[in-house]
Parts: sequence; C-alpha cells; structure tokens
Amino acid sequence: MAVELYLDLLSQPCRSVLIFAKKNNIPHEVRNISLMDGEQYGDHFGKISLIRKVPALRDGDFTLTESPAILLYLAQKFQTPEHWYPADLQQRARIDEYLSWQHCAIRLHGSKVFWLKLMIPEVLHVEVPKEKMEAAVEELSGSLKLLEEKFLQDRPFIAGGHISLADLVAIVEVMQPVAAGLDVFEGRPKLNAWRDRVQAAIGKELFDEVHQNILGSQERVKVMDGSKLEFSKAKILNFFM
Amino acid sequence: MAARQALQVHLDLLSQPCRALHILLACTRLPHTVRHVALRRGEHRTPEFTEINPMQKVPVMVDNGFILTESDAIIKYLVNKYDVPDHWYPRQPERRARVDEYTAWHHTHTRPRAAKVFLLEVLLPAQTGSPVEEQCLMGALSQLQETLDQLESMFLRRQPFLCGDDITVADLLAVCELMQPEGGGRDVLQDRPLLQRWKSRVRAAVGDAFDQAHAVLYALRDRRRAKL
Repeated sequence: MAVELYLDLLSQPCRSVLIFAKKNNIPHEVRNISLMDGEQYGDHFGKISLIRKVPALRDGDFTLTESPAILLYLAQKFQTPEHWYPADLQQRARIDEYLSWQHCAIRLHGSKVFWLKLMIPEVLHVEVPKEKMEAAVEELSGSLKLLEEKFLQDRPFIAGGHISLADLVAIVEVMQPVAAGLDVFEGRPKLNAWRDRVQAAIGKELFDEVHQNILGSQERVKVMDGSKLEFSKAKILNFFM
Repeated sequence: MAARQALQVHLDLLSQPCRALHILLACTRLPHTVRHVALRRGEHRTPEFTEINPMQKVPVMVDNGFILTESDAIIKYLVNKYDVPDHWYPRQPERRARVDEYTAWHHTHTRPRAAKVFLLEVLLPAQTGSPVEEQCLMGALSQLQETLDQLESMFLRRQPFLCGDDITVADLLAVCELMQPEGGGRDVLQDRPLLQRWKSRVRAAVGDAFDQAHAVLYALRDRRRAKL
C-alpha cells in the first residue's frame, strides 16, 4: 500500500523526503500542499496532522511530521539499503548528531538567507537592512564551516564512505540559499566536492527534478502575487528580521 | 580483560539538555563519570574543551573514546547501545517515530522559546548589568504561550505523556526546557493544569533524579530571591 506524502517542494525537508522515496522506489502518492496559498491551515490538512507542517506522511491510520522522523520511519519500514541509516551504532549516532544540530544551524541560517535575500524584498516588498543581510550570510558561513570541518572532516560523506540520511537532509538545506542567488559553493572546494558526490549518489536527474521548483525562485518572484503572503507577513518579519 | 574506560559525560546542570541526559543516566543507572563544565566561567571555551567539542557546547559524551555531541543523539545512542527499558525510546517503529517527531519539533519550538524567556529575564541582565527588556520579554512570553498551547493540543491530547502512554526521552527533554525559567523565579506552567499534571507524571516517573538534576537551577532561583 502506498504511503501518502504531503509536500511542497519549495520546502527543504519536503525535498529530502521525496528524493528518499523516489530513490528507494518506495510506493508513494504525493499530495501537494501549497504553503504560499496557506493550504497547511486548511481543514483537510488539519485532519492529517494537527501539527500542520510539511512534509507530512500518512501510512494507513498513522500520520507523521518532521522530516528526520519521516525519513527514519520510511528507512525502517521499507528496509532501504543500510547505508542510509547503518546498524553500526557509532555511524548511526553521527547521523543523529547531524540531524539534531542542523535544525538551529544550516536549516535556520539557509532559510534566513533565502527569505532576507529574496522573498522579503521581492515578494513582501520590505527593505532588508544591509547589516542584517550581511549578518545572515556570516551566520550561514559559520554553519557551512562546521559542516565541512566537524561533520565531514576528511570523510566523503557525513557518516563515512556512503551517503546517508544526514547528507540528504544537509544538501536540500544548502540548496535553499543557492535558490536565492547566493552561490555557497564558490570558494568552498570541499563543500563543492561533497555536493558532487551527493548528487551523483542520488542521481543527477532525480536531484534536478526535485529542485526544479525552488531553483526557479528568482524568476518566479517577479510574477508572484505578493498579497498571498500578507496573512503571514508579520510572523515572517518577526522571525527573520 | 582490558580495562574499559567508563562512559564520560561533560555537563553543566544549568543547561537544559544536560539535565535531561543526567536524569536519563540516573534512571537507567548506567555507570558513568561526570565532568563538570562551568559555562558561567567560560570553561566551554578552553582549548582543552574545544578539542573535545569544537562547537563549545554541552552536553558531550565520550564512550570509550567515541565523542558525541547533541543531547538527542547522545540519549538515543545510549538507549540503543545499553540495555535500558524500551519505553525510553521504543523499538516499535510507530512509537519510535513519535519520539523522533517530538525531538525534531523540540528544537524549533520548546527549546528556543523557553530558553529565550530565561535568557531575557536572567542571563542577559546578569551579563550586561542592564535591566530586563520588558517588551522583548513580553514578546517571548507570548511566543512561549503558543508553544504551550501546541504541547497541550498536539502532543498531550488524550495521552498522559508527549509520545504516548509511557514516559520517553521526549518528556525529559521537554520538561527540562520548561523548568529553565524557574531559575528566574518564573513558573511558566502556573496557569496550565494539563501541563502541570504531565509534569507531575514525569516527576513521579523519574523520582529523586528530577530534583537532583535541578538543584543548581533551584539554587540560582533561591539566590536571586534572597537578593530581592
């Protein structure tokens, strides 16, 4: 029986879940939830999950949110290749460590750059002070440095010789500021090489397919109806500025 | 038989995730040594500690030379590795997924929002000597109320603990965050009977370990009260 995946591919964690499902041939049906249209607040989605976040999974009567939880659940249920979440406890711990750290690091900083550089000025039409933008880029640099120096070190992937859930969760977050026009790979050969390895392990075609939407952001904002985001404008500005 | 280096944890009990780990270790009686790291004295920034953890944060675990940071990773590693009661981090996939869901959500909700109240009310004034920024504090308290609403409606709806019928590591992580503002004399659960009942259940489940872990926080609270 196919699992239902409630996704908006503009969201980083939705991309990691879709890549994982497709790469591992997990029977699934995608249900699109448009965050820009506020569909996560609709009655229908509320019946799926009270937490009202994407990605969300429904497997029969069981529903689940939070991408690390969904990825771990799918890996276990569909017995995906071991390298995604190895049985070796230390490798597993390295992955858990990354999945924990990234919430308030790469995920937060990458999202912030995406919003401050692109969405807030171009869609909400609010000017972002130069110092705030610079500070956000600086914070992201700090996180990328830790990704390279602590989580990768001299390993090809975060947990060792093979791609795991940690690399998958990392790459989709790193792509978010790229979508806003910040080339995070420039001047970072180690990160660049890791990105190439991750893309190759996922498959370039799948990687590009899932990232197509978000990478079209700079074009899309030119024609986007800014009024769509009015309902969450205050919340967005409060959070990122 | 070669001598085994004991499990070592580097902690400051003023830190919420350190307390959660401390309580788990006490409840499961895993033999371990504690190395205290006094954050207030900047001991997390010494070269020695930085070598163990370049991110200069606590808790850190060293298990036979294997170094691990991030409290949820440490807690899950210990539960997976050692023979502890299953309820802490159940093996059954759907029950385990519930814990993974909460521990992820925790990072972006419970932890930052409760910590901010403590930061604004206790840490910043102590570090800067300036008075509490009242407007910021009001904002932080209001955001925390949203999180408490969500804890009640999303995680404690029709169940005694955050992830089901029994206590899990999720409850330890959450309760330690919600206790933090008590260091400033503030009980954030004071008008929340549902959460208070949950907290009582957690306390009952962990016994003396709760107050032992929070002794440093209580001492801070009492010192501040004495000054008033």
